[in-house]
Amino acid sequence: MIGRLLPIIIFVLLGILLAAGLKIADQKSDLPSPLVGRQMPAFSLPLLGQEDVIVNSDDLLGEPILINFWASWCVTCRVEHPVIEELAASGALKIIGLNFRDETEDAQAWLRQFGNPYTMIIQDYSGRTSIDFGVYAAPESFLVDEKGTIVYKQLGALTPEAIEQEILPRIGKQGSMAR
Amino acid sequence: MQNKIRIYAALVWLLLAVQAVAQEPPAFDTPEQEERYKNLTTELRCAVCQNQNLADSDAPLALDLRQEIYDMMQAGQSDDQIKTFMVERYGDFVLYRPPLQGNTLALWIIPGVLLAGGAVVVFFTVRNRNRKLAAQHKEGSS
Repeated sequence: MIGRLLPIIIFVLLGILLAAGLKIADQKSDLPSPLVGRQMPAFSLPLLGQEDVIVNSDDLLGEPILINFWASWCVTCRVEHPVIEELAASGALKIIGLNFRDETEDAQAWLRQFGNPYTMIIQDYSGRTSIDFGVYAAPESFLVDEKGTIVYKQLGALTPEAIEQEILPRIGKQGSMAR
Repeated sequence: MQNKIRIYAALVWLLLAVQAVAQEPPAFDTPEQEERYKNLTTELRCAVCQNQNLADSDAPLALDLRQEIYDMMQAGQSDDQIKTFMVERYGDFVLYRPPLQGNTLALWIIPGVLLAGGAVVVFFTVRNRNRKLAAQHKEGSS
């Protein structure tokens, strides 16, 4: 009896395994950031196009901020741009642009073309700070609370849904992006 | 003739140039260090192109991370320190040899369980067959 059922049982188990695999296939390449829940990496970097103005990571503390890693070579950043602009216009929180591995002129041309939604733009020319943040794709956004703890990381473009469901609730605001 | 020699010379230089490009990072002091570097970069996964290790990947990030590893080695950091540096930023996923801990337990145990299960199945199959053969043999001889 059990000998006859065994192939069927194995078949069903295999089916469940494959179905589960398909289900997670979309997010399989999304790495959970080990930085969530930790203090953001310290950095000391100039503003974009103003090499003599240095911003320290500690200067940014005191209110929740969204650090948005972007670059002019990043195609998805263009897709994301209107969403960032909308969030900036809502005034929900400060958005700090972190331009990385990019040429100053290219970045500035990009801003002229698409608009600048950022409170300030910090330049990480070498990409060393982006490594400290574990950035491996672009764009990536980090929600940092007033004490400097990373509370959420968005891999890839921010969407209105992500802002609605992940960002705003974490800073105690709701619905300002609702349509 | 003169021209031919020039062309050959140029070709030789071209070959050397290609080698020089392929030969990043800059030289190591000892062969042991080079070995360590090779081991480290093959054991660490590139987060951008996730089915490649750092040594094989041409992604700009992999290039930077190789440089980072080289610098850390030159600064006298141990393999563990370098791996910790990577894991702190990109998570356990970057290790091709994941550590034995709560969430990786299944990963480490399942192959052993499957192997043991297979051994049990083989054992019983062989024993049953032997018994059957023995029984047939008995019937045949009696």
